[in-house]
Amino acid sequence: MTVATLPTRKDEAYRYADLAALETLWPLPAERIVLGAGEQGARAIVVDADGAQARDIEIVLGEGASYDLRVLNAGRAYGRVAVRVTLGKGANFHFGAAQLAGGDQTLEIVTEVVHAEPDATSNQVVRSVLAGHATGTYLGRVVVDRGAVGTDGEQSIRAMLLDRTATANARPELEIYADDVKCAHGCAVGELDAQGLFYLQSRGLPPAEAKKLMLQAFIAEAFVGAAEEERLTQAAIAALEGLL
Amino acid sequence: MLKIDNLANEVAGKPILKGLSLTINAGEIHAIMGPNGAGKSTLAYTLGGRPGYDVTGGSVDFDGADLLAMEPHERAAAGLFLGFQYPVEIPGVSNVQFLREALNAQRKGRGEPPLSGGEFLKLAKEKAGLLRMDMDMLKRPVNVGFSGGEKKRAEMVQMGILDPKLAILDETDSGLDIDALRVCGEGINAIMRKSDKAVLLITHYQRLLDYVKPDFVHVLAGGRIVRSGGPELALELEQHGYEAVVA
Ligand SMILES: Nc1ncnc2c1ncn2[C@@H]1O[C@H](COP(=O)(O)OP(=O)(O)O)[C@@H](O)[C@H]1O
Ligand SMILES: [Mg+2]
Repeated sequence: MTVATLPTRKDEAYRYADLAALETLWPLPAERIVLGAGEQGARAIVVDADGAQARDIEIVLGEGASYDLRVLNAGRAYGRVAVRVTLGKGANFHFGAAQLAGGDQTLEIVTEVVHAEPDATSNQVVRSVLAGHATGTYLGRVVVDRGAVGTDGEQSIRAMLLDRTATANARPELEIYADDVKCAHGCAVGELDAQGLFYLQSRGLPPAEAKKLMLQAFIAEAFVGAAEEERLTQAAIAALEGLL
Repeated sequence: MLKIDNLANEVAGKPILKGLSLTINAGEIHAIMGPNGAGKSTLAYTLGGRPGYDVTGGSVDFDGADLLAMEPHERAAAGLFLGFQYPVEIPGVSNVQFLREALNAQRKGRGEPPLSGGEFLKLAKEKAGLLRMDMDMLKRPVNVGFSGGEKKRAEMVQMGILDPKLAILDETDSGLDIDALRVCGEGINAIMRKSDKAVLLITHYQRLLDYVKPDFVHVLAGGRIVRSGGPELALELEQHGYEAVVA
């Protein structure tokens, strides 16, 4: 995924990127995390800076290793987090991410999860909240290599548009070269439930509070069970308040 | 307390209420009955300020204020409570969190200090007890996975916690079994039968009115109140049906 020269729109993983912002950041800092057999790791990344940010993370999980990565992509300029994961036999990768954007911001999360060996599991939950003229993108490829039988890969991707002028790109992809695998993806782009909003308002919540409550619940699905759930949630609420 | 004068509205461009007038004084309980599609829920939603229920004529005075000029949350803070015919599920938002924020938003609107977490839980426990509802249910997401009857009881718990001046209860009795009907009826009496409060019950059946005895009964048909009377009118309706009574 790390590209030596500045990418163009033709590079699939950069199709929706803010290339002008990317140029100021290039080359991107690359990070590599390697877990040996049976090791466990977890990490929570909060991007809430004023300036543009982009990062590439590569994770390699040995046999039976497991890694829990959470991302809050909620800066006030271009924000990109790209993750490439290779799973060894029986390894487990859990990814929970939320991105919140307004104005004419572009935010994106790009993942490639490679099930290289049998019996590994991966699970991705991505929630985007997009207001104004913002663009939020999720590109997620799950690759199941030949021989990686018993793979279980899941992607749950949802975006909520607060304004009709916002854009969500959601593209979960599966490339399966093995038999006996279980891969599922769900993908939905919607708006806040008007009935629910009226219900909450009818009990006394002002519109912004009612929206906040519903969006908080929506985002929480990305952070549930994280070691740093509280920090992620508080940072997400602060970002939400900036959007409403 | 509530004076509806010649109210007319449209839903999706279609006229539903066509000059409805009704006055409710403090201390009174009114029942509205009427055939399906008569506009009963439309009246409730219009009073609650639901978007899409466009008022095209008439006025509604609520304790000296122009109800129709207020936002839904302002109507709640002013003391209006709408019991929904179909309570809405809000995934991921617990009843306790929602109701505490709603109550405190109302209190803020009235210039009252917020309730602390402890004070709120004590209040919630008391009202849940009144409706025989387990506190565990109030910790669950709003109406999610609740049976029809549980949703209606949860609505009454909400009413108890929010302590409105005027409750408009849209078919609170539908979906309730006989025991739950009695619990809800008694709950409504305990919470709302006070000299400074009033209730507008929307119902199809006499059975709720056996518990919550109305002072006045109205028949709503074709977007208007076509007949009003005392409690005996409900019995007449039950016996002879709407058509006979309205004709
Ligand atoms: N959201 C809506 N969109 C279009 N028509 C509606 C809507 N809600 C109600 N109506 C129509 O308004 C009329 C009155 O409905 P309603 O108030 O629900 O009746 P009731 O509660 O007395 O059974 C019906 O003809 C119904 O089809
Ligand atoms: Mg109805």
